[in-house]
Amino acid sequence: MTRISVKVDGTAYEDEVEPRLLLIHYLRDRLGLTGTPIGCDTSNCGACTVDLDGESVKSCSVLAVQADGSEVTTVQGLATNGSRHPLQKAFHEQHGLQCGYCTPGMIMAARDLLAENPDPTPDEVRHALEGNLCRCTGYQNIVRAVLAAARQDTPARVPAQEAAL
Amino acid sequence: MIPAAFDYARPATVAEAVGTLDGAAEDEAKVLAGGQSLLPLLRLRLAFPSLVVDVGRIPELRGVREDGDSLVIGALTTHHDVIRDPLVRRHAGLLAAATATVADPAVRHRGTLGGSLAHADPAGDLPAVALALDAELVAEGPGGRRTVPAREFFVDYLQSALRPDELLVEVRIPKKDGWGFHYEKFSRTAQAWAVVGVAALVRREDGHIAESRIGLTNMGSTPLRASATEAALAGAPVDAVARAAESAADGTQPSADPSASPEYRAHLARVLTRRAVLAALG
Repeated sequence: MTRISVKVDGTAYEDEVEPRLLLIHYLRDRLGLTGTPIGCDTSNCGACTVDLDGESVKSCSVLAVQADGSEVTTVQGLATNGSRHPLQKAFHEQHGLQCGYCTPGMIMAARDLLAENPDPTPDEVRHALEGNLCRCTGYQNIVRAVLAAARQDTPARVPAQEAAL
Repeated sequence: MIPAAFDYARPATVAEAVGTLDGAAEDEAKVLAGGQSLLPLLRLRLAFPSLVVDVGRIPELRGVREDGDSLVIGALTTHHDVIRDPLVRRHAGLLAAATATVADPAVRHRGTLGGSLAHADPAGDLPAVALALDAELVAEGPGGRRTVPAREFFVDYLQSALRPDELLVEVRIPKKDGWGFHYEKFSRTAQAWAVVGVAALVRREDGHIAESRIGLTNMGSTPLRASATEAALAGAPVDAVARAAESAADGTQPSADPSASPEYRAHLARVLTRRAVLAALG
């Protein structure tokens, strides 16, 4: 067993873990944070995407021991004071989900994009979400939702790109 | 899926990492860098080392610096950082361009240049790029450092020239200022492995092609150079590209898998080489 200390969604945890424990299993099974789903278990689908020290990662492809000393943000840590994150609102308003399984990963990947590129083109959104699969194939509205969330933060933006979708 | 149990070491320095590898029994230790190739293998239990040596917290393995006519990239430098590094973009644009096509943003945040090369997957994009760039790989073992040219580094499918007690510490790339470059990749879906990929570097002189370097991804059990095409392009006029690309698959033995037959891969190598060299010429 290896001792780790990690901050998840603002709460600090100290735990003894087996080195083989995946971060996704630590989040779900040990901390009870089941808002982040396991999709494919092969690194392909991106459903388990979380933020690790400011960067999006697939939490099925990180060991819990690798997150020792780090800060993790899951989709459950996005709302502030009971108010949804702009991306959560936009996915709701733009119907950016059907079954909802890919949504936590989509939102976390989109959040990573907007942190680096606050005003992306539709094409840039699609590239940024390349590692996130929606088996309902609801990509149109997912891209629309990300663009809507970006626009909220940059109100000066011309809405022409959405029309191009 | 859950990996088989293993012991875990997290050395703080290269010397400590090499000492740990040296002390471990042969074939039982695996080096963990970003983990984007190793963790899927562990999860599927295609690999079951008894010891995982996590080198992810060794700061001296990260970063890019210049050393005369070469760039020196720390093995632990992530794909994300390689793509954005101004020195890489200026002196080894092919590497930045090809790395941007690797997997997806989340994988590129964790995956490392050294890990990708040490994994020695002929379907990975970066081995062929390292080969085209005439990169040199620096390994550190108990006896010190040694430098292995890329053409000797990739030994067989998933097999590099690294010994069990050696750690890949840096990648040295001769600067290719003024060379045109392009990485042309054909895959079935956006983030999939390349069915075939072609890394092209071309130097023009007085309106003709002075020399070229062409690396092939997934055209055999190791990355390969399209030597016949390179020879045909040396000193050739620009309109000789299509004809030279016809020999791109000469001497290769590509594998068959559900994505492609060997014949189809050879076809792709010819077509993608033509496209890559033309794009590199600009």
